[in-house]
Amino acid sequence: MKPIKIEICLGTTCFVMGGETLQNMGDMLKKKYGAKIEVEAVRCLEVCSSDNFSKAPYARVDGEVIGEASLEKVQAVIEKKLNHE
Amino acid sequence: MSDDVIATKKLKREILVRLIRAFMSDNFAENVRLIPYAMRPKGSEVPFRCCIYKERAILRSRTIAGLGFAMEDDDEATLLSDFAIKALERKTPEPEPLTVLQNACQGCPSSRVFVTELCQNCVAKPCMNACRFEAISQVKGRSMIDADKCKKCGLCMAACPYHAIVKTIVPCEEACPVGAIAKGEDGAAYIDKDKCISCGKCVSACPFGAPHAKSQVIDVLAQIKSGKKVIAMFAPALIGHLPCTAAQMRDAFKKIGFYDAYEVAQGADVTATTEAKDFAERLNEGAEFMTTSCCAAYNEFVKKHLPEIKPYVSDAKTPLYYTAEIVKKEHPDAVSVFISPCFAKRKEVLDNQNVNYVLNFEELGAILIALGIEVDTCQEQDFVYHSSKEAREFPLSGGVARSVQAAWRGSPDAIRPCVINGLNKATVKELKSYAKTGKCAGGNLVEVMCCEGGCIAGNAGLNTIKMALKKVSDYAANGDSLKDR
Ligand code: FES
Repeated sequence: MKPIKIEICLGTTCFVMGGETLQNMGDMLKKKYGAKIEVEAVRCLEVCSSDNFSKAPYARVDGEVIGEASLEKVQAVIEKKLNHE
Repeated sequence: MSDDVIATKKLKREILVRLIRAFMSDNFAENVRLIPYAMRPKGSEVPFRCCIYKERAILRSRTIAGLGFAMEDDDEATLLSDFAIKALERKTPEPEPLTVLQNACQGCPSSRVFVTELCQNCVAKPCMNACRFEAISQVKGRSMIDADKCKKCGLCMAACPYHAIVKTIVPCEEACPVGAIAKGEDGAAYIDKDKCISCGKCVSACPFGAPHAKSQVIDVLAQIKSGKKVIAMFAPALIGHLPCTAAQMRDAFKKIGFYDAYEVAQGADVTATTEAKDFAERLNEGAEFMTTSCCAAYNEFVKKHLPEIKPYVSDAKTPLYYTAEIVKKEHPDAVSVFISPCFAKRKEVLDNQNVNYVLNFEELGAILIALGIEVDTCQEQDFVYHSSKEAREFPLSGGVARSVQAAWRGSPDAIRPCVINGLNKATVKELKSYAKTGKCAGGNLVEVMCCEGGCIAGNAGLNTIKMALKKVSDYAANGDSLKDR
């Protein structure tokens, strides 16, 4: 099975709007899901322009964009995908 | 940090971004007026308060503070657009950095000590025996506290073997180290200017985001827009609070429109050397101890609450002071802006002609978002002056003492650092005892920082303390030591 791809945004907008919560997320997810996922820190997912900045920080799970991302939210999407397979 | 506090921080930052964008647009006043409506358009969800009108009213208040005004300036009838125009007309920004949004303040119930259901109606009644004010009586076997007699000392809480007695708190009152914020007659919180040391602990503590900074962001952007030569001087803590290097920050400031940027770590080197000399002289004269002098909130504390300790405070100036002096010498015509993790620096610069404005990290972050500047893609632009390892660690608890030690030329055993990591009710007591007795048992070089963890934990920061600490330490590791200079 192909690992689920998690992209965590550490771009300036996401960082300022609460990216402090996302910095450890990669490690925490990796610990929990191991080889089932693949984690990448990205500079800007380019979804933060115009009014969308207010929904930052962002993460992306297999192409699905998650606004106001938190560990819980990202985990929920991962679980959904794992159960779906 | 808890989620509710993050939510209010995000709101404040969002408003700042919108304010800055409005400033960049062709119709500042009108676009400012629209901010509450843009954030809560007709028919939108009401995430926090009772109704959309209350939400907009609070957003309006936050916008007013973002424009740099106090809540006392608001008669509620003045349009936001008029406030925007007034902000542009202002020649000098307001001195007080903080205000409280009474409409955002939920007016938490007053702090009190009371006996809960867990009370076992015991026979020994250790709570009654512990109370020195005869505030506890028995009603049908159950302990009862008379609120009029209770001094909230907490002795009964400690005495109860069932942990049945609790104290409810008001977060802002609890966080304030000097008792400067308290609920007024109307239940909302007010700041007593004569007591406030502008540390901003209440800003971080309030889950409703009621205490608020009065921003100078529009003033600074207006200076840049008018074509003046504006120079940024950034606190060494900044490296911990943005995802880029110090050298990239220099480029980022230029992209914003600043003429150039200086590391305040440059001035920290001067502070460390000056303080080491000051300390040597004092020891020679037989002094028992000396305290550091770089924390703005501590200096305000000394001025307003403990003038007796003043003779023990080092005469060395702050890193900002020396940096601003250097900037003034190199650019006599420049407008200078300090970039700060802390609100209290606004008070420090009031009597310093060399510093014109103060922006905090949140405001800088909002500028970067509004202008779409990705700091991590900025160029590395090396600084002319290379700050020392110790200067870069100035914003860490213990860092100032270490820098004085590194600049020390006498016998190493002569310095015994005593680190006060954060002003709170307990450490305030300790400092009072040093002043009273003229002695400090813990050491002879007393480093005082108001924020627990140091300036990296400043109340206007963007990052967690742990992550900021790591980034600042990594950067410091690349510097050479003051010992070798
Ligand atoms: S900075 Fe995160 S999407 Fe742009």
